[in-house]
Amino acid sequence: MERIKLTIDGAPVEVDPGSTVLDAARKAGVHVPTLCFHPELRLEGSCRLCVVEIEGMKSLAASCVYPATSGMRVRTNSEVVRKTRKSIVELLLANHPQDCLVCPRHGTCELQEVSHQLGVRKIRFKQESRGAEQDLSSVAVVRDPNKCILCGRCIRICEQVQKVSAIGLAGRGSKAVVTTPFGHGLAEGPCVACGQCIKVCPVAALKEADATEQTWRALNNPAIHTVVQVAPAVRAALGEEFGMRPGALVTEKLVTALRKLGFSQVFDTQFGADLTIVEEGHELLHRLNENKHLPLITSCSPGWVKYAEHFCPDMLEHLSTCKSPQQMLGALVKTYYAEKIGVSPEKIFHVAIMPCTAKKFEASRPEMGRDGLQDVDAVLTTRELAAMLKEAGIDFANLPDGEFDLPLGMSSGAGTIFGVTGGVTEAVLRSVTELKTGKELEDIEFHSVRGFAGVREAAIPLNGLTLKVAIVNSLGQAEKLLKKVKRGEAEYHFIEIMGCPSGCIGGGGQPFSRDPEIKHKRAAALYRQDHLKRVRKSHENPAIKELYRTFIGDPNGEKAHALLHTHYHARPRY
Amino acid sequence: MGVSEMAEHKCVGCPGTLERDAKFDQLDDVIAKHKALEGALIMILHKAQLIFGYLPEEVQRYVAKALDIPLADVYGVTTFYSYFSLTPRGKHRIAVCMGTACYVRGAGDLLAAFEKELGVKVGQTTADGLFTLEASRCIGACGLAPVLTVGEDVYGNIMSVERVPDILRKYRTEKQQ
Repeated sequence: MERIKLTIDGAPVEVDPGSTVLDAARKAGVHVPTLCFHPELRLEGSCRLCVVEIEGMKSLAASCVYPATSGMRVRTNSEVVRKTRKSIVELLLANHPQDCLVCPRHGTCELQEVSHQLGVRKIRFKQESRGAEQDLSSVAVVRDPNKCILCGRCIRICEQVQKVSAIGLAGRGSKAVVTTPFGHGLAEGPCVACGQCIKVCPVAALKEADATEQTWRALNNPAIHTVVQVAPAVRAALGEEFGMRPGALVTEKLVTALRKLGFSQVFDTQFGADLTIVEEGHELLHRLNENKHLPLITSCSPGWVKYAEHFCPDMLEHLSTCKSPQQMLGALVKTYYAEKIGVSPEKIFHVAIMPCTAKKFEASRPEMGRDGLQDVDAVLTTRELAAMLKEAGIDFANLPDGEFDLPLGMSSGAGTIFGVTGGVTEAVLRSVTELKTGKELEDIEFHSVRGFAGVREAAIPLNGLTLKVAIVNSLGQAEKLLKKVKRGEAEYHFIEIMGCPSGCIGGGGQPFSRDPEIKHKRAAALYRQDHLKRVRKSHENPAIKELYRTFIGDPNGEKAHALLHTHYHARPRY
Repeated sequence: MGVSEMAEHKCVGCPGTLERDAKFDQLDDVIAKHKALEGALIMILHKAQLIFGYLPEEVQRYVAKALDIPLADVYGVTTFYSYFSLTPRGKHRIAVCMGTACYVRGAGDLLAAFEKELGVKVGQTTADGLFTLEASRCIGACGLAPVLTVGEDVYGNIMSVERVPDILRKYRTEKQQ
């Protein structure tokens, strides 16, 4: 089709058919401010901040939804455009709390940014407070309707990408609000706590439930032994919070930083991941032998697990009974490790640093502990950890290298790639093929399962059998794939489901980023780490072997089941 | 949240619940009739409100489940249209038109007179459940301004607030009969 030729502020520009005026403006190097627009979501055009003047049109047009056509003459910075945009921001600010200095989004707030960018220096309208209450019902996600600017990005990601629709727009006109049905609170509905809404919220209307306070308290209590574990995806993203280039791998600095914060022991969630692989690998082989409950579906993504409980209760027997790496390690910290050092589990405070908000929910599940104690006492998102490090005055970028504590800090490259979509599958394949054939793999990299497509399929030869696997990222993709499986249109032995787009590296607890290449950069960091590891298969991790020999016994054995496996229960969707 | 807490949300219309109201059978018929049509939700909610008098939470939940759509979508629709009511309404709905023509011919005074006479504010229902007072948008009967409706009855050219008690008397006596 023919390219579209138009002018933006007098400069000629060519765009592909189907482009919007905003696309054309950006191509022409003009930064048009936006709020409701988000590159990964359906267009809405509701905030009107991106208005432009188009010659021949009576009123201004929202450039993010207005199709570019040939011969169009667009002005992006005329007097009327600038004034209109300013008025829009002023109106938004008129009922937006002016507590920027103490707001968690200070510095990452898009409203603050556009206000500054457009030179809004005064608000002509009377300040009004909505006086709405925060929704504190969820242990993972907090909603503050007072800060909401009704851009609808959270609704769109929840509905279109995650297919959950825990929140929606209610009311009309000046009374419109983003809310849960009947205002019952997120914890009452089908919210899976994935935190994708937080990631797209331009302001602080959505944020994680704070776990920093209790962590500080534990760190400052000399009677408490503090133990921390850190998930793979954190090390591929934390550097961004400290001005390092996206994709910087900060594993060793991260260890030093956690010691500086005061943690007694720094363990690696990747150890838990290796353990998960050994358990899940044996579970898969067992199910293949029995030809029962196939496909086996992974259970390490807590957003996906909660989604399954709400939306596909009929599929729960397909879920691996393996706990997630966080909870496997948590169980070991409060049993194996506590015994080893001779400290009572009550005296141990175990913190997990996660790219994820749903991990907060997972840690709070009653089945994730014993004797009235939770295995993981607090879950901090990558962002929360960054905030604590900043508060502690730690010059992260210039820290010397540190090493994880043994044995629960020892991990393989297979544990590392858990942090990216496809990683769990690849880690499983590295172990299962060797366990099944008894022969060493020549090439341990399974490139066919890598990438970011919503659904990926691969057929892997496994000792005479062709193992059919599928990998999905995001819950919307999971819904689509599972429908096909249920209808018998697709058949697999193994399905990896990550609740968040691109997997944990794109988790709801990760640093805010507007880098369009961010997932590639973070994923590359994890694959780089995998390469650097001496041991790259979970079952070859010496600390894992030692753990089975001295403590757990057989994979999928009695003790393994007691400590490392879990169960699921249906939850209502309505 | 524990499972026990969630059980409280069990929909009264769900099979197996003790007091399944016969109204839900009517609702089932409506849903069956409209389910496959485009825009079924609004039609079903409209009929549901006629059946139940308003749209209680459990009815909205029931409809969402029957149509296999998110509850947030249903709640979005019921709170968007002023026609839908989420709270019980009186037997008779009084709607005083506040369109421009009616307003300039004294609809405001008329509304105030109803408030005084009924002892409720706009949007509220009288304690005896007989009347709900509402201010409506233009109903397109400007020639009769100021105009008001009680249920399906239309009252036009109500130029004096003194007629308010007369209008109400009719429905009050109906109740006694």
